[in-house]
Amino acid sequence: MKVGTVVGTVVSTINSPVFDGRKLLVCDLLDMDGNPEGDYLIAVDVVDAGVGETVLLIDEGNSARQIVGLDPAPIRAVVVGIVDEIDVEA
Amino acid sequence: MQLGRVVGTVVATVKTPGLEGVKFLIVQPLDRHQEPRGRPVVAADGVHMAGPGELVYFVGSREAAQALPDTFVPVDHAIVGIVDEVTP
Repeated sequence: MKVGTVVGTVVSTINSPVFDGRKLLVCDLLDMDGNPEGDYLIAVDVVDAGVGETVLLIDEGNSARQIVGLDPAPIRAVVVGIVDEIDVEA
Repeated sequence: MQLGRVVGTVVATVKTPGLEGVKFLIVQPLDRHQEPRGRPVVAADGVHMAGPGELVYFVGSREAAQALPDTFVPVDHAIVGIVDEVTP
C-alpha cells in the first residue's frame, strides 16, 4: 500500500461502468518524511476522504476489485483508509 | 490511474484474436498539473468515445484488459474515463 495526500478530484460522465457514482480523488504520493515524492494516482474513494487528508491507498487490481465488488473491472487504485498518524523510527 | 491527453490514433488491421473492434489511441501521460510527463503510450479505448484532444484517465498493467469486452487480451493501457473536470 501507499500513503498519499488528497489534492483534488476528477469528474467524468463517460467512463467504465465501475466508476459510475464513485468519487475519484487525485492523490500525491508521499515519501517517508511525508513530502510529495512527485508521483500521483487517481484513485476511487471508498472511505469518504476529502482534499487535504492523508490517506492509505492500494494500487493493485485484485484488491481493488474485491473492494468494489465487481469482477472484471478495470480498476487498480483505491483510497482505503484515512491516516491518523504515521511514526517513522529515525 | 493517471491523467492523459489523447494525441493520436493507431489503426491495425492484423491483430491478435480478441482485439477485433478495439480502438487504439495514442495517449500522452500527464502529471497532475496536466503537463506532459514521460513517453506516449498506445492505449485501448475502454469507453468507446474518446478521441484526439480529449483529457482522459487511463489504467495501466493487467487491469487495462478488463476495460474491454474480452478481458483476456494483450493490452497494457486502457482509457477508462473522459474527464469533465479536474479540481483544483
